[in-house]
Amino acid sequence: MFDRDKWQEIFSTIRKNKTRTILTGFSVATGIFMLIFLLGAGRGLRNGMTSVFAQDATNSMQIFGGRTTKAYKGTPEGKRIQMVNDDFLNLKKSIQKIDAISAMSYIPGAETISYKNNFGNFNVSPVHDTYKEIKNFEIIKGRFLNQNDLAEHRKVVAIQDEVKKVLFPKETALNKYININDIKFKVIGVFHQSSFDDNSREIYIPITVAQKIFNNNDHIRRISFTLNNVSVEESQNIERQITYKMAARHNFSKEDKNALWIQNNIENSQTFAGLFSAIEMFVWIIGIFTILLGVIGVFNIMMIVVKERTKEIGIRKAIGASPNSVIGLILMEAIFITAASGYVGLIAGVGLLESISQFDIIEKVYPPAAIYFIDPQVDLGIAIGATIVLVITGALAGFFPARKAAAIRPIEALRDE
Amino acid sequence: MIRLQNIHKSYITGTNKLHVLKGIDLHIKKGELVSIMGSSGSGKSTLLNILGLLDNHDEGVYELNNEEIKSMSETKAAKLRNNLLGFVFQSFNLISFKNAMENVALPLYYQKVSRKKRNKLALEYLDKMGLKEWAHHMPNELSGGQKQRVAVARAMITEPKIILADEPTGALDSKTSVEVMELLKEINKSGITVIIVTHENDIAHMTDRIINLKDGRIESIVENNKINNTESVQIPIQE
Ligand SMILES: Nc1ncnc2c1ncn2[C@@H]1O[C@H](COP(=O)(O)OP(=O)(O)OP(=O)(O)O)[C@@H](O)[C@H]1O
Ligand SMILES: [Mg+2]
Repeated sequence: MFDRDKWQEIFSTIRKNKTRTILTGFSVATGIFMLIFLLGAGRGLRNGMTSVFAQDATNSMQIFGGRTTKAYKGTPEGKRIQMVNDDFLNLKKSIQKIDAISAMSYIPGAETISYKNNFGNFNVSPVHDTYKEIKNFEIIKGRFLNQNDLAEHRKVVAIQDEVKKVLFPKETALNKYININDIKFKVIGVFHQSSFDDNSREIYIPITVAQKIFNNNDHIRRISFTLNNVSVEESQNIERQITYKMAARHNFSKEDKNALWIQNNIENSQTFAGLFSAIEMFVWIIGIFTILLGVIGVFNIMMIVVKERTKEIGIRKAIGASPNSVIGLILMEAIFITAASGYVGLIAGVGLLESISQFDIIEKVYPPAAIYFIDPQVDLGIAIGATIVLVITGALAGFFPARKAAAIRPIEALRDE
Repeated sequence: MIRLQNIHKSYITGTNKLHVLKGIDLHIKKGELVSIMGSSGSGKSTLLNILGLLDNHDEGVYELNNEEIKSMSETKAAKLRNNLLGFVFQSFNLISFKNAMENVALPLYYQKVSRKKRNKLALEYLDKMGLKEWAHHMPNELSGGQKQRVAVARAMITEPKIILADEPTGALDSKTSVEVMELLKEINKSGITVIIVTHENDIAHMTDRIINLKDGRIESIVENNKINNTESVQIPIQE
């Protein structure tokens, strides 16, 4: 295998037929290149999508109040369903698999937030302290809201890094007071969150404070929670359970799909996973077929090589080459062409993926797409797998030509025409 | 060294069966210089191919170096060819993309001799043939006589017991023919059995024994003068 002489033999013939060898190698290289690149791109897309959707934990659900579309028990259709604190408490108690649960209310009116001379319009969301377990925040400074903030109605606020940039361009934000609708809130934390749109500028305050000083009621806009270790079926069961409970509490038909909006991320993320598996499968099929075409090319080349080299092989056999050494010669050549060109394709594919992520090429070409494409990589397993596939297919492509070469009879080959 | 008893050989092409060798009995001793003559199609090459294990005989007994040759595996035949036999062909049969030295060294590759050693040996043999300066030339840069001397060096490098030459001078002019024959005689003097197929009388007369084939049979065997290196002229030249 690592016999230098054998390689020398192989190289001397390859050198003799450069163009032909390169053309064949090219098709194998293209196959591997496509396979690697598409798999990597698929992976990047999956990573991007996952990270975009990961702002809501993949095991989370959200409930919004809607409008009825069916008349029920004397109430005509079109009734608005307004969730209240009791709904939140009821769900928190009754759904056993719940891990973390938080409600969110809203602040009516303009939300102009200012600090000294800096101001901006930001989205103020009143939530529970548990909200940080549902949304995947990355705390940069300080902390998120805690139970005491909620219980003691503290006027505190956690702000997104983008908000900090606007309000506190040159100073630290922690422990400073910002104005929300002319009421002062103390900054207790700065966080980062990835999101669909680059314009998200979030501010979170305790829901108890908001309901007391801005709303003066117990309305909530949505309830978010995470579930522990549940299957998609279980999550759908829970969805149904919630609908039934809320239907009873708010007097609407259990069959009314619009009275309550439930976003089931468990189901969604499984759908996504399935979608990406399908894409990956598709990519494999394309890649394998391209490689197969390349391998057929190698097979053809080797057949021609054997035919052209009939006389030479006859000479070799006359002076003592055993059938095995002839088989080895042809087989190694086929494996070498496939493996070498496959390797070139592999390097090219990995190189392209690397440069895309290194130089933020997508960011430069079309910025909005960038967040959907993160870390496009092929793992070592795929690279090793591809290499093994190449060597095996190379061997297959060389096998029949090699057998043909070994069967050459010197007297036939050496006969003068 | 070589003993043939009632050797038969037929070629089957399609539905035709061509009986080429029709019972050859022959004994060639170690160290002999023998030529095989005969008209075209008489079976000279066929006989030489059988002697050289490049082809099998159908019938009869072939003993080579005290070993009976029956149908054997291609691997075994290759090994015997490599160790025991050396070939020289009319059309030289050098490998076109290897230089003279590499061509000469090739048989040793199949004996797993290291590259360095076999190239050194190849250069020595080329030197003996007076081709030292041509060692790194490709075959297409050599004259016919030079090519044939490279081929002889290649046949010699494994120190075989027998050299088989099928019309080694067939593609050469008379002057180079004589040079190549002198070379083969030289080799024969070192104790190696040499068998030459030819249809040139003067070439045949440079050997110890002429075996005349006709129509697949040995028609006659002519013993040349034992002291034939004195170029005896008394022997009648066979037409
Ligand atoms: N592989 C083969 N298949 C079929 N027929 C063959 C084969 N080899 C040789 N023959 C036939 O056998 C006969 C003897 O051939 P051979 O080559 O031994 O003759 P030769 O004496 O060497 O002739 P020449 O002097 O022309 O070289 C010829 O008629 C030839 O056509
Ligand atoms: Mg002949």
